[in-house]
Amino acid sequence: MIQLKATRDAFGETLVELGRKNRKIVVLSGDLEDSTRAEYFKKEFPERFFNLGIAEQDILGTAVGLSLDGLIPFACSFAVFLTNRAYDILRISICYNRRNVKIIGSHAGITVGPDGATAQCLEDFAVTRVLPNIIVISPVDAIETRKATEAMADICGPVYMRLGREPFPIITKDSDLFTVGKANTMREGKDLTIIATGLMVSESLKAADVLSEEGIEARVINIHTIKPIDQESIIEAAKETGAIVTAEEHQINGGLGSAVAEVLVKNTPAPLEMVAVNDTFGESGDPEGLLKKYHLKDVDIVDAGRKVVKRK
Amino acid sequence: MNKKEIDIDSLKEKARQFRREILETVAEAGSGHPGGSLSCVEILISLYYCKMRHKPDNPSWPIRDRFIMSKGHASPALYVTLANCGYFPKEELKSFRKLGSRLQGHVHTGVPGVELSTGSLGQGLSVANGIALGAKIRKVNFNIYCLLGDGEIQEGQVWEAAMTAGHHKLDNLCAILDCNKVQENGPVAEIKNEEPIADKWRDFGWHVMRVDGHNFQQLISALDEFDTVKGKPTFIIADTVKGKGVSFMEGKAKWHGKAPNKEELALALAELEEGGKL
Repeated sequence: MIQLKATRDAFGETLVELGRKNRKIVVLSGDLEDSTRAEYFKKEFPERFFNLGIAEQDILGTAVGLSLDGLIPFACSFAVFLTNRAYDILRISICYNRRNVKIIGSHAGITVGPDGATAQCLEDFAVTRVLPNIIVISPVDAIETRKATEAMADICGPVYMRLGREPFPIITKDSDLFTVGKANTMREGKDLTIIATGLMVSESLKAADVLSEEGIEARVINIHTIKPIDQESIIEAAKETGAIVTAEEHQINGGLGSAVAEVLVKNTPAPLEMVAVNDTFGESGDPEGLLKKYHLKDVDIVDAGRKVVKRK
Repeated sequence: MNKKEIDIDSLKEKARQFRREILETVAEAGSGHPGGSLSCVEILISLYYCKMRHKPDNPSWPIRDRFIMSKGHASPALYVTLANCGYFPKEELKSFRKLGSRLQGHVHTGVPGVELSTGSLGQGLSVANGIALGAKIRKVNFNIYCLLGDGEIQEGQVWEAAMTAGHHKLDNLCAILDCNKVQENGPVAEIKNEEPIADKWRDFGWHVMRVDGHNFQQLISALDEFDTVKGKPTFIIADTVKGKGVSFMEGKAKWHGKAPNKEELALALAELEEGGKL
């Protein structure tokens, strides 16, 4: 039985632990600390926690000011507000100035569900990964989120991390190696490679089982770092398996699929199919129903796998 | 920098010199923003020569007072001020806006003495708040000054930041408004009226003063008053003239972002040599 846990829960717990170890860590919230789980930190370190109200631009700017004298601010809110609404502050105050600010965007992806399109952040990879100086992380499960949160506190520079609202299947182990910028192979295969991130990795593993029954052996790669993208793993996958499927809970344009496509066409062109939200906004609904309707399920990855293998 | 006896006449002479250097810098670059640079000269001199504790030979001195130039297009004014203070060689002003120069078109941290790269308006006050909040968390005593433009405060982020500073009672923060009344395409009052500015900031929890932004006595006494204010951030509205000191530039929107040509520069410098206008 696969255990489930939300990445935001793991983030909140880890942030408190980091706060105990490192007094330089301060946390800013856009009145969503109950949702982002930054409230765990607030409870233990009220003097290092600030709810700046519903003002994401100001939150990112204030974080920059805090970082200027060596504090390590974690700015926490919904992904959609921090990356989309406050974009120019992310671009200029944070990235252009190379500030040591950690941007934590929770409730990303279509699985935020009933809140509907306005809350469903499907653009964060695209808009963050074009910015110089930033690292973009999308953990696959709670265990990886813990490692990513610890890692980003030790990195000097801007880091954006995407978190989900829903419990994600736990598919990694404490002992698994986590290195920023280095993808992890979850399953070996010779006929194609599925490169997935976040929740879509577990869907990809299910898809690989189905494909295997059909005699198609799929490698599955968990690419937890969207930027810098692990070019080496992508090139190796293209050379060794000859076909690629990407899977992400994100718009089809500009996200992981595009990042992988860029690496492929520049290095070792291979047929590519992208499983992602197909250039449309989401809507209200239950997470599972939305994943099905917007073709983000294991069956969709299976279809893409069959298709891409034929193109080899 | 030690606090010196303030000699107003020498400050006025410095202002005339800075204005000449600002115009020469922009003219040499062939582009830039003279209007909003000329309007904030006395503000910068008051800060850098009369109020701020800073060490040009040690720009990262931990307890220095911080200055954030939120109106990043007024880079010529800040660069001229920093060069004259000794942060970098004045000769370098000639490289302003040129390929490979540290002196980027908008205020940039590559320049010694600059705390924050700016240029996209409305972002500086939030950062100043963060520095002020950080100083309080770390229990370190220094002041944070932030210069805003009156066109700039049309940006919504400024008001988010205004609310934050008021709520958190950031009394180590002094924001100064270079209220020169003119933005790129005309008078601020016609494009989007901001008055009553003082009431707005007071309502957001700030201690507000309004002074003649070209009068050193008034500026310095307002900055002195800031030192005594407890429990509130301070907002100084400095009424200024865009393009101050050059008759054909004063109050003219077209000099917001345009360099003078050779003839115009000569005329402007001649006016500033006379010196009587200030």
